[in-house]
Amino acid sequence: MIDHLPALQVVLPLLAAPLLLFMVRWPTLAWAFTTAVAWATFFVAALLLEQVWGGAVISYAHGGWEPPFGIEYRVDTVNAFVLLIIAGISAIVMPFARDSVEQEVDSNRIAWFYSAFLLANAGLLGIAITGDAFNIFVFFEISAIASYALIAMGRDRRALLSSFNYLIMGTIGTTFLLIGIGFMYMMTGTLNLADLAERLPEVRDTTTIRAAFAFIAVGVSLKLALFPLHLWLPNAYTYAPSMVTVFLSATATKVAIYVLLRFFYSVFGAEFSFGELPMDHVLMPLALLGILLPSIVAIFQDDVKRMLAYSSVAQVGYIILGISFATTLGLTASMLHLFNHAITKAALFMALGAIVYQIGGTQLTRMAGIARDMPWTMAAFVIGGLSLIGVPLTAGFITKWYLLLAALDSGYWPIAVFLLATSLLAVIYIWRVVEVAYFRERPADAPVVSEAPLALLLPTWTLALASILFGIYTALPVGAASRAATILMGGY
Amino acid sequence: MEWLGLFNYWVVVVLMMTGFYVVIAQGNLIKKIVGLNIFQTSVFIFYISLSKLEGGTAPIYVEGITAYSNPLPHVLILTAIVVGVALTAVGLALAVRIHEAYGSIEEDEIQAQDEEDARNT
Amino acid sequence: MAIALGLTIPLFGMALMLLFGRWPNLRDTVMVLTAAGMFTTVLQLLPRVAAGERPSLHLFELMPGLSIAFEVEPLGMVFAMVASGLWIVTSLYAIGYMRGAKEKNQTRFYAFFAIALFSALGIAFAQNMFTLFVFYEILSLSTYPLVAHKGNEAAKRGARVYIGLLLGTSIGFMLLAIVGTWWLTGTLDFTDGGIMAGHVGHGMGAVLLVLYMFGIGKAALMPFHRWLPSAMVAPTPVSALLHAVAVVKAGVFTVLKVSIYLFGLDYMKELVTTDWIMYVAAFTMIAASLVAIQQDNLKARLAYSTVSQLSYIVLGAMLVSQLSAIGGGMHIVMHAFGKITLFFCAGAIYVATKKTEISQMDGLGRRMPFTMGAFLLGALCVIGAPPMGGLWSKWHLILGAADTGQLLMIGVFLVSTLLNIAYLIPPVLRAFLRPPKDGYTGGIREAPLLCVAPLTFTALGAFALFFLAGPLRGLLSGMFPA
Repeated sequence: MIDHLPALQVVLPLLAAPLLLFMVRWPTLAWAFTTAVAWATFFVAALLLEQVWGGAVISYAHGGWEPPFGIEYRVDTVNAFVLLIIAGISAIVMPFARDSVEQEVDSNRIAWFYSAFLLANAGLLGIAITGDAFNIFVFFEISAIASYALIAMGRDRRALLSSFNYLIMGTIGTTFLLIGIGFMYMMTGTLNLADLAERLPEVRDTTTIRAAFAFIAVGVSLKLALFPLHLWLPNAYTYAPSMVTVFLSATATKVAIYVLLRFFYSVFGAEFSFGELPMDHVLMPLALLGILLPSIVAIFQDDVKRMLAYSSVAQVGYIILGISFATTLGLTASMLHLFNHAITKAALFMALGAIVYQIGGTQLTRMAGIARDMPWTMAAFVIGGLSLIGVPLTAGFITKWYLLLAALDSGYWPIAVFLLATSLLAVIYIWRVVEVAYFRERPADAPVVSEAPLALLLPTWTLALASILFGIYTALPVGAASRAATILMGGY
Repeated sequence: MEWLGLFNYWVVVVLMMTGFYVVIAQGNLIKKIVGLNIFQTSVFIFYISLSKLEGGTAPIYVEGITAYSNPLPHVLILTAIVVGVALTAVGLALAVRIHEAYGSIEEDEIQAQDEEDARNT
Repeated sequence: MAIALGLTIPLFGMALMLLFGRWPNLRDTVMVLTAAGMFTTVLQLLPRVAAGERPSLHLFELMPGLSIAFEVEPLGMVFAMVASGLWIVTSLYAIGYMRGAKEKNQTRFYAFFAIALFSALGIAFAQNMFTLFVFYEILSLSTYPLVAHKGNEAAKRGARVYIGLLLGTSIGFMLLAIVGTWWLTGTLDFTDGGIMAGHVGHGMGAVLLVLYMFGIGKAALMPFHRWLPSAMVAPTPVSALLHAVAVVKAGVFTVLKVSIYLFGLDYMKELVTTDWIMYVAAFTMIAASLVAIQQDNLKARLAYSTVSQLSYIVLGAMLVSQLSAIGGGMHIVMHAFGKITLFFCAGAIYVATKKTEISQMDGLGRRMPFTMGAFLLGALCVIGAPPMGGLWSKWHLILGAADTGQLLMIGVFLVSTLLNIAYLIPPVLRAFLRPPKDGYTGGIREAPLLCVAPLTFTALGAFALFFLAGPLRGLLSGMFPA
């Protein structure tokens, strides 16, 4: 059983998804079943991380076909950490989902909804766990197709067009990735990532491989919403059902970032990506612009959900910035931010989900004085907001600390200053919400609302407290992130 | 005349650019999906082309033949075709839903409606 | 043990106050008891610190070498005693003021007040710069609701400037300086003699010093002083305890800590920017006084006076002599007693007469003789005239300036003192010597007893400090173990 953990990680949600279609008439049962599967998946991910913590690498050959011929699942600390993030978020979002989904999705579609959720989950986990380039493409599409369906289930009709645009952009992204993989296959005759890493150096100085690199870089950048390829993200996050926003914001872009890391560092090698090709000079300006501009745009949003969506684009910028330093310290910061931002943003979107549940929207005007009626929800939002800003003793601070150290370590003083200045932008957009929610009177014609139900509050608070806990107890995230960074710098 | 030998790759490039252009330039959602399909098809042809070995036959073991075409890209592309079909299905389903919700599948008309909604609230 | 207790008492008190929010009398009793409990706990540390010991408490390690930890040294001891001691008085005063002025949301107000005191104590006892930074930020955040308390447009605007400047400087400059220090030296512990020497070049050190000094926005060096006048929209107890004592003193306390224990005075002497900051402080001192003279609003005048007085202490640190550093430490105490008295008086005047402008104060002395008498004592203390405690701190500061040969700075101190007289004494003269404009003849009608008793007490305290300066100086000399 323990030998088959890597397969179970993906197969569990993948097989459970069609089973849900037998439960179309019993939405609550469908929810319970999905929850059980999500937690089992989380458990598997935790076991996997534990096994590779010491530096071991698990290689799992599907159907007994030895790599590089068969499909290999390959788990080291890097992707075990990513798996834990995905599985953890999907496990914790499930208790939250019941009430929220019941309200936002028609009851005869709930089982379908959860089915799509499990497929998306399986796809994301698959991307992270597989050691096969073509497999990455397939799982990208599995998760993406399921995500399009999930987003389109938002109540607002604008969700449909957002989903459609995401479909177009996402497909272009994955097709680019496919082309890049094709070029690599052409030159090396292998699809196995480890094998690719071994064979690439011989043929590295060819136009074909450079073209492969470019296609992969652009394709994955589209998926991870790197500025200025982020245009699909704000609408998709804004109009998706609350639970979907929580899930996708914490996992989808993160997995794409993982793929970027894998290709840049493990497959092509840091020396090629950042030495022979000037990826650091490409990524760094994009990252800096990607932090600055979306943060400014976020300040002017009237819908808080949309504001946080733009903030997500900015946070991707922080992660990419760490990658562009091409140092162990920079990578540690990026890996750490994958984790910390997932927790923080999920907490924030959950708090907004609770607000949607009670008042039906997240426009700033509707949220005036809401803190009086929903003190717990807003308190969780404030904690998440503080972590997003990077106030000490929150998870966000730890990331910022490492990112600053990485910037100083690479000799980029101005970037350190820039980072601090942009976190003040986060102060502004979070503070706008706080001021409206706490210090403005509830409008006289506003409906009377009460605090969100416990089922929504508990997961929200779990994540809010986690974003404090991981700001104090840093052994797990920092340990995992620095191990992962060392592995990535060392090649495959 | 070497570039003529790469004839199928030129087809790939032309198809790819055509598809890409259609996706970007067309405001009609169905046409966008068509463009996307052309775009993907070019990649399928690309994969199949690269598996072809000059003088190679189908990969069936026959006495006396030593050069085979590579079967793996075909298998990969079968998968990719399935993915493409699924994507088209989802895209079309979305277009139908959008038509139900807005009464149009022209992007600019839909945006105009959204902007009007935003102004009214 | 006493450290942990001192830190938990205000939090515990806050929880109880939230719990008892519905019964104001019970809640207010809890507040006074909390303040008293905190003060006595802090006091228990005094004999040990006076004996040269440094009690410490290690809470947890965030990253290797980076901990939340506490250690009580003389300067922190003094700051802790002042903040917690004056909290008792202020809590009594707050009861009188808040009820007298019929303010809303009193429970929320008191709760955040307790958090502010908690973080002030955390700053006082911090063993390293990181711990100090954490509590510094908690202090900024927890005082925001207090400044925005009234909830009207003016309060929100003031609060926005307040939090914007404090967070902006601390994140933009101080955090950068802290990360830089950590990166260069590998530690952030407060160490006798500093940690920079030998690790940080003089050019880099000079940059770091500037980042620290402007990053500590709470010390209100110009041009980052605007938050302090903005904070005056808050109810008076906040202005009195937080914006004359806890918050601003946390700022200058941090300046002293950074100078003495991070840079080390010897190292700082060699930095070019030390002199620059000194001139900025001197300029702030004079300029803020000149602005203060023009203010008609009493609280605004006091606020600018505070800006000016804070620069005394920054200047004391920048003179880089032990004498002036001790003088700066003493000034924390002296100015605290003087200025809190003045703010208490301003609040009492507001509660009794709703007057806020100095031009309305004609003849007020006949109606409120105790309040105005205390105002005179407080003013004298801030000016540094005998027989008030303020004399001794200024004495040491000037001696320090003479010691290092900064004759220009002696001149600045003297000019500033003259300006102090020019803006603090006229209100007293108006109140006692001019006839009331509105023809008031109703005899003595003071503010409620709970307002007047505390201000009388602090005024007497400022007087008593004239005689207690010796022991205080002895305690503070412990900052520089031979």
